[in-house]
Amino acid sequence: MPEYAAHEYDVLIVGAGGAGLRAAIEASAAGVSVGLVCKSLLGKAHTVMAEGGIAAAMGNVDDRDNWRVHFADTMRGGQYVNNWRMAELHAREAPDRVRELEAWGAVFDRTNDGRILQRNFGGHRYPRLAHVGDRTGLELIRTLQDHGIHQGMDVHMECTIVSLLKEGDRVVGAFAYEREHGRFKLFRAKAVVLATGGIGRAYKITSNSWEGTGDGHSLAYHAGAELIDMEFVQFHPTGMVWPPSVRGILVTEGVRGEGGVLRNKEGRRFMFDDIPENYRSQTADNEEEGWRYTQGDKNARRPPELLTRDHVARSIMREVKAGRGSPHGGVFLDISWIKERLKNGAEHIKKKLPSMYHQFKQLADIDITAEPMEVGPTTHYVMGGVRVESDTQMSNVPGLFAAGECAAGINGANRLGGNSLSDLLVFGKRAGEYAAKYAKENRLGEVSKAQIDEVARQALEPFERGGSGQGAFQVQHDLQEMMQDLVGIVRREDEMLQALDGLAKLWERARQVGAPGNRDYNPGWHTALDLTHLLTVSEAITRSALERKESRGGHFRDDFPNKDDAYATFNVVSQRGPDGEMQIRREPLKPIPAELKAIIKEMA
Amino acid sequence: MVQQQATFSIWRGDSAGGKTVDYTAEVSEGMVVLDAVHQIQATQANDLACRWNCKAGKCGSCSAEINGMPRLMCMTRLNDLDLTQPVTVEPMRAFPPVRDLVTDVSWNFRVKKKIKKFKPRKPDNPDGSWHMLQGDIDRVQEFRKCIECFLCQDVCHVLREHQMYEEFIGPRYFVYTAALEMHPLDTEDRLPELKQSQGAGLCNITKCCTKVCPENIHITDNAIIPLKERIVDRYYDPLKKLFRMFRPKSEG
Ligand SMILES: Cc1cc2nc3c(=O)[nH]c(=O)nc-3n(C[C@H](O)[C@H](O)[C@H](O)COP(=O)(O)OP(=O)(O)OC[C@H]3O[C@@H](n4cnc5c(N)ncnc54)[C@H](O)[C@@H]3O)c2cc1C
Ligand code: SF4
Ligand code: SF4
Ligand code: FES
Repeated sequence: MPEYAAHEYDVLIVGAGGAGLRAAIEASAAGVSVGLVCKSLLGKAHTVMAEGGIAAAMGNVDDRDNWRVHFADTMRGGQYVNNWRMAELHAREAPDRVRELEAWGAVFDRTNDGRILQRNFGGHRYPRLAHVGDRTGLELIRTLQDHGIHQGMDVHMECTIVSLLKEGDRVVGAFAYEREHGRFKLFRAKAVVLATGGIGRAYKITSNSWEGTGDGHSLAYHAGAELIDMEFVQFHPTGMVWPPSVRGILVTEGVRGEGGVLRNKEGRRFMFDDIPENYRSQTADNEEEGWRYTQGDKNARRPPELLTRDHVARSIMREVKAGRGSPHGGVFLDISWIKERLKNGAEHIKKKLPSMYHQFKQLADIDITAEPMEVGPTTHYVMGGVRVESDTQMSNVPGLFAAGECAAGINGANRLGGNSLSDLLVFGKRAGEYAAKYAKENRLGEVSKAQIDEVARQALEPFERGGSGQGAFQVQHDLQEMMQDLVGIVRREDEMLQALDGLAKLWERARQVGAPGNRDYNPGWHTALDLTHLLTVSEAITRSALERKESRGGHFRDDFPNKDDAYATFNVVSQRGPDGEMQIRREPLKPIPAELKAIIKEMA
Repeated sequence: MVQQQATFSIWRGDSAGGKTVDYTAEVSEGMVVLDAVHQIQATQANDLACRWNCKAGKCGSCSAEINGMPRLMCMTRLNDLDLTQPVTVEPMRAFPPVRDLVTDVSWNFRVKKKIKKFKPRKPDNPDGSWHMLQGDIDRVQEFRKCIECFLCQDVCHVLREHQMYEEFIGPRYFVYTAALEMHPLDTEDRLPELKQSQGAGLCNITKCCTKVCPENIHITDNAIIPLKERIVDRYYDPLKKLFRMFRPKSEG
């Protein structure tokens, strides 16, 4: 009989990044009781690291911008396999969600006439990202946190959900351990919202923190929810490559938005060499025009450095493979050159990109106002996630909602920079609202003792093997290496089949993992329990990527390098089959209404 | 790449007590202290507890005392340390130990909750937005850079030596209060409690907090001293006191 502390809420929210906090605020405002659970301390979730900004078509800098342009940009970026309804809601509601942050104390950078300043970012036609220097995520999370703690919610920090609990088809709670002493907690709730973020830790080179182990994806999957679009993983083109210890840490796209350029070792701006057809009319064809765009010239088109992330990442890979890369296997990103154009250039860089300046100075001994950075692709974001109903964010499992990075739909095959933070706000709010509504309409479910005994037993298994079992860190490391090599930026069928074999062996090893020591704040144990999640998402990524025999957005197949219209009509779904094996199927896209189609056409 | 080894004396223990244990780690170019801790955790001590998230000085999770200095482990380069001597890595001492490098910082979260929240004036525009100039928010933005690493709390003698957790909120929360009080839109008044229950008077401006802040926030000069001045203006300056009888909240 396991010991645990029991808690009851109307709505339980798993995750305290932007999405979870926004959902918690909304649910509290609806007058229901809310429990908020997170693995780290409050305010430390991945959202804190976001740099560039929040995309919202407020039109403060360029009044030609409006939700319709934002909608069309998002669909184009997602290569039209997005959930169009989510893309529409997102574009329409983001401006209000940003203004609301200001009412809760956020302090965004300003335009000269005292409004919220907006900056350029890849794939966005007009300057659209509300920002605070290059620490926008900190502003967002702190604002929500400082507002949220006064709304009456209970916060369980450093507490990890290991399993969802069900009554029949419906999710009615979750089981957790707290890190400090490894004690169990049982949460019973009328509705559960997953807001657990990303999966970057499935790869070796990533911008994600230790938390990015795909917990929500996997918890939902094992509770019967459908995952979609798992083949679409975003490799951000600019991560640090040197020194080794910082490999993967993000270099914000804001560097390019402010005029930073990419060069190969011959000094060539290689991004001009390959501009995709569907972006040609919007892209500058000479360096001068590109520069003018970054300085706010409304008649100039954007430089090719600001093309979508998937394209820029592959262009960098191409240069490196052709032997034209930088000394440590990346390319050069240079912002220092703007000193030729701007007096006070060095000061300008420090003011606009303070944390980048700091990061390179302290971690790589590089002064970005004086010399170029070395950058290369890094695993950054997952477009795929829990399939949700567009307006309410509920999954196919009653009582289970998802929002933010762990939910899917809005981004399609590729996310535009800045669209995540706005997604967190728009759909975090909606998830909170509809979860509260669901909670008001449903009773608290019953959790069987057998179910609790079983999840508790599984959670403690690693201790039975202790130090003589497989080391959790080693299994995790081997998985990351394998996914990086075999299911990374450039994919091939034979390699992915090899990855499936590899995954089967890793599953076997994960079942033998042991944890030395006791239950007090024990990272070996925590890592052992994360393995199920990492393996589940890795398998979903691999199987979905095998299914999509074409290249689109974040998913690139060497053996099918072109886009194929036949694949523009469906999403790939991964779901747990009756025998416990992962099943893959194709779900046709809903037909897009004529008005929205007309917008896309008009903006093309 | 010069490969070498270094010794790390890491505090292992819990609330019942503990001691430093020596570990040897391989050192490679560009490494930071957090890398060494992770290496030791992965290869020699799976249960070595530490906090971290971003590994880039942005989240404020990995605070510790390195060779006695309060610092972020992820931003402390090994090539800035003397590796011929063991590098000591200990938890923050102003907070109760939980395990190894992890301390119980929950007091900080409780303190924050007691500070009155942001209360804006009515919006200036029909869409709910306000007019604010960059020049009016520069100082508030400096305070809002805070990553809540609590290193300033750790080093402040009022907490560390005198343990005045009940009567003093510490430099982090002076910065927080200053950000609210100097926010151009805020209409709340936090000076009474700042003076009475939050211990602004207990700070004797040693500036130790400012020295350790990884975000280089001028905690003492820009936050604490102006707050103290506001208190003095209100409570001890007779002329201003009279003036305020007619204009309740004049600062801003
Ligand atoms: C370096 C970097 C820069 C970025 N910059 C931008 C940008 O400029 N603009 C933009 O739009 N996007 C940006 N992104 C992407 C964006 O930051 C993320 O997609 C977004 O923050 C995810 O938010 P979230 O609320 O979904 O989840 P997160 O912020 O990742 O939070 C997840 C939460 O879930 C909790 N959790 C996870 N698993 C469990 C579990 N099992 N039990 C309990 N709790 C759990 C975690 O503890 C955490 O609190 C950036 C990402 C990175 C890495
Ligand atoms: S200046 Fe004040 S708050 Fe800062 S360390 Fe000294 S006494 Fe503490
Ligand atoms: S003020 Fe500086 S030292 Fe103090 S918590 Fe904030 S960032 Fe850390
Ligand atoms: S890990 Fe985020 S500040 Fe060190």
